[in-house]
Amino acid sequence: MSVDTTAPAAVIEAVNISKSFGPVPVLFSVSMDVRPGEVHALIGENGAGKSTLMKILSGFHDPTSGQIRLDGKQTDLPPNGGAEKLGVVLIHQELNLAEQMTVEENVFLGRELKSNGFLDKAAMQATVRKYLDEIGLDISPTDRISDLTIAQKQMVEIVKAVSRNARILIMDEPTAVLTEEETQVFFRQVEKLKESGVGIVFVSHKLNEVKEIADRVTILRDGQWIDTRASSDLTPDMMAQMMVGRELSDLYPPMHEADVDAELVLEVQNLRAPSVNNVSFSLRKGEILGFSGLIGSGRTAVFEAICGLAPIEAGTIRLFGRDTGPTTVAQARDLGLAYLTKDRKEKGLLLDKKMRPNLTLFALPKFVRNFRLDSKAEEDALNRAIRRFDVRARDKEITVGKLSGGNQQKLLLAKIMECDPKIVIIDEPTRGIDVGTKQQIYHFIAALAAEGVSVVVISSEMPEIIGICHRVVVMREGHITGVLTGDHINENEIMRYAAGLKREELH
Amino acid sequence: MMTASDDTAAKPAKRSSIDFKTIGPAVALLILCIIGFLLNPAFVSEGNLTNLLTRSAFIGIIAVGATFVITAGGIDLSVGSMAAAISGVMIIIMNNAVETMGSGVPTVLLGCGLAIVLGIGAGWVNGALTTKGKIEAFIVTLGTMGIYRSLVTYFADGGTLSLNFDIRGTYRPVYYDTFLGLPFPVWVFIAVAICGWLLLNRTAFGRYCTAIGSNEAVARYSAINVDRVKTLTYVIQGLCVSFATIIYVPRLGSASASTGVLWELEAIAAVIIGGTVLKGGYGRIGGTILGALILTTIGNILNFTDVISNYLNGTMQGLIIIVAVFLQRSDWKLGKSK
Repeated sequence: MSVDTTAPAAVIEAVNISKSFGPVPVLFSVSMDVRPGEVHALIGENGAGKSTLMKILSGFHDPTSGQIRLDGKQTDLPPNGGAEKLGVVLIHQELNLAEQMTVEENVFLGRELKSNGFLDKAAMQATVRKYLDEIGLDISPTDRISDLTIAQKQMVEIVKAVSRNARILIMDEPTAVLTEEETQVFFRQVEKLKESGVGIVFVSHKLNEVKEIADRVTILRDGQWIDTRASSDLTPDMMAQMMVGRELSDLYPPMHEADVDAELVLEVQNLRAPSVNNVSFSLRKGEILGFSGLIGSGRTAVFEAICGLAPIEAGTIRLFGRDTGPTTVAQARDLGLAYLTKDRKEKGLLLDKKMRPNLTLFALPKFVRNFRLDSKAEEDALNRAIRRFDVRARDKEITVGKLSGGNQQKLLLAKIMECDPKIVIIDEPTRGIDVGTKQQIYHFIAALAAEGVSVVVISSEMPEIIGICHRVVVMREGHITGVLTGDHINENEIMRYAAGLKREELH
Repeated sequence: MMTASDDTAAKPAKRSSIDFKTIGPAVALLILCIIGFLLNPAFVSEGNLTNLLTRSAFIGIIAVGATFVITAGGIDLSVGSMAAAISGVMIIIMNNAVETMGSGVPTVLLGCGLAIVLGIGAGWVNGALTTKGKIEAFIVTLGTMGIYRSLVTYFADGGTLSLNFDIRGTYRPVYYDTFLGLPFPVWVFIAVAICGWLLLNRTAFGRYCTAIGSNEAVARYSAINVDRVKTLTYVIQGLCVSFATIIYVPRLGSASASTGVLWELEAIAAVIIGGTVLKGGYGRIGGTILGALILTTIGNILNFTDVISNYLNGTMQGLIIIVAVFLQRSDWKLGKSK
């Protein structure tokens, strides 16, 4: 499909790459090339083979067949990050920075400048400062990594790569954890890198961003190469359809009107907690209530306090009409209130354990018979959950860390639902998962609400808030700035409340 | 650093390495026994095997407790000193009770009851300081280790506390008598091991310990009362120390500053040799028992032979620990194949 003969020669080319893990093939003769100064987006559903292709392009995996060409010459990339020396750098989604060290120490880690056998701090700091200025990043070389925001950490990774003369930067979902504002800053840096001739491979599930930043797009589906096209020829909808191979018109389920007279199941009055300032709202039976706002606006903090994960400083919480004092997580669970974390790898799942202990951990008391765990009941629960949530694993004995993001999210959802909550709070229900799984999760949430379960959806993705919620609460800096219903639920309104341009006089 | 090669190794290596972890300690013990037999056939005599089992009971019982603490991501360095302090207090109290209660069974029961209360209390202090006090377990138990050790020295006034001779007669059978051919301490060891195994592998509490050691944040978000479970692991550890002390005191009938020295390291070594992961999240009671037996067997074999000096016991134990952990490295198979 790449017919543009005037384009500069590719820096790196993957030619007819196939890859199998044991007997399981994951890539079938995939080809892709990256030219200097272009952003080449790689998109596909979870499990489509993007990660594997990235790892092959950066030498972390060997291809089973096919070849990698660097500057037109066939090359066996050295394993375990050795490809950095050839100018090919992979930036992992989980960043690889030493948290307790400074920016400068991280950038020069492993190749420190020395004079007379001692570290030449001044020279290193000067060099790092030069890079930081170039990229327009307002931090000091002596700042500790642990004090930086995620966006800044990402920039430090990029500075680190650039300082190592990277010609190809492969980035695994760099924007997944960024706010929209941070994403824009990030894109400006990417533009600068492009101008200096760096080729960038960009993996993202956010198709609007792909449209905005990428020059070319390669689409993978089920390990197959589907197409490579200039992004100007594609719309986000076309990309989504090519990824899934089917129409996605029904991404969001049809909205059932909420019963405005339904009983109130949760009433929060003047709640104060860490990062939460005088918050009041209520939730009805069978309602899907969205919580929108910028990252750090206190959405998560509100529900961590309500569910016993953070201390409550003041305020009252009424559950099903009864006052509850401060609860522990277990008490909240027993009252029918469950919180699903946005951080599934650090707070949601035990990555080194199998699916069964993960599934039953939250509702474990339910599986105790005569002081012993009923492993048969656990196994039955797992089989039910796999069917109900369509969790796809090669093998039930696999450790959860090896599942794809989408399947991990489904398992996490199954884990929380195992205690049959009457109120579920789902924080970032679709972070870092593919379009097909998103659709399944949206339909699941709608079905829950139809059954009379109340659902709170906290999300930074406005389309999903707009697509599935009956009512939307917008927060800013620990306060609720607005509550939207009906036609008022649109991006424009939400953004104005979230950014503090508009504010409702509450109560 | 990188997890890149994880899924490559997933299927084939996983099965074999887990099997290896399970049978590894058993195979090692078997090899040690064969070596022992070859060096001196008297090694497998009934008398020696009983002796070996009895000796391993102290470390074994303590190590069962340590398995819980380590599985939940903690560490307890104070167990040796705790055992010494409990022995000391037991002896003092029993000696003082002779006048009022005589030298019969009630006095011994008083001593044992006290030991259990002290063990639970000491474990609770360790647990509360790590969880409520939010101090690293290593530091807390390093501190209590010093405190308990100096207490026993103080009680003994720098010398030795000896149990009243009459009580010794009453108490003696607890260490020296047998039941169905096995010495009493071995029965206690078996009972503690079975209870420990059931608790860790078959109850919600055991699952919680594993979850906390694997990822504390996940445990907290999964409605687990992390502080309480962690504190309970230290209480279980204290209780195990009490049991070990109760069967240890009648053996020598005394306590001094050198009682229980380095028991903490032997207990931790037994746990690690048995395949429990030091950073938590993965515990094996069966392995711990084998680990305790392995450590005792080494000492026993050295006693039986002149090839290696008995003074090198520590060296041999140290080597076994390092080799055991080396063999358990999860990427061992991978490293070899590359």
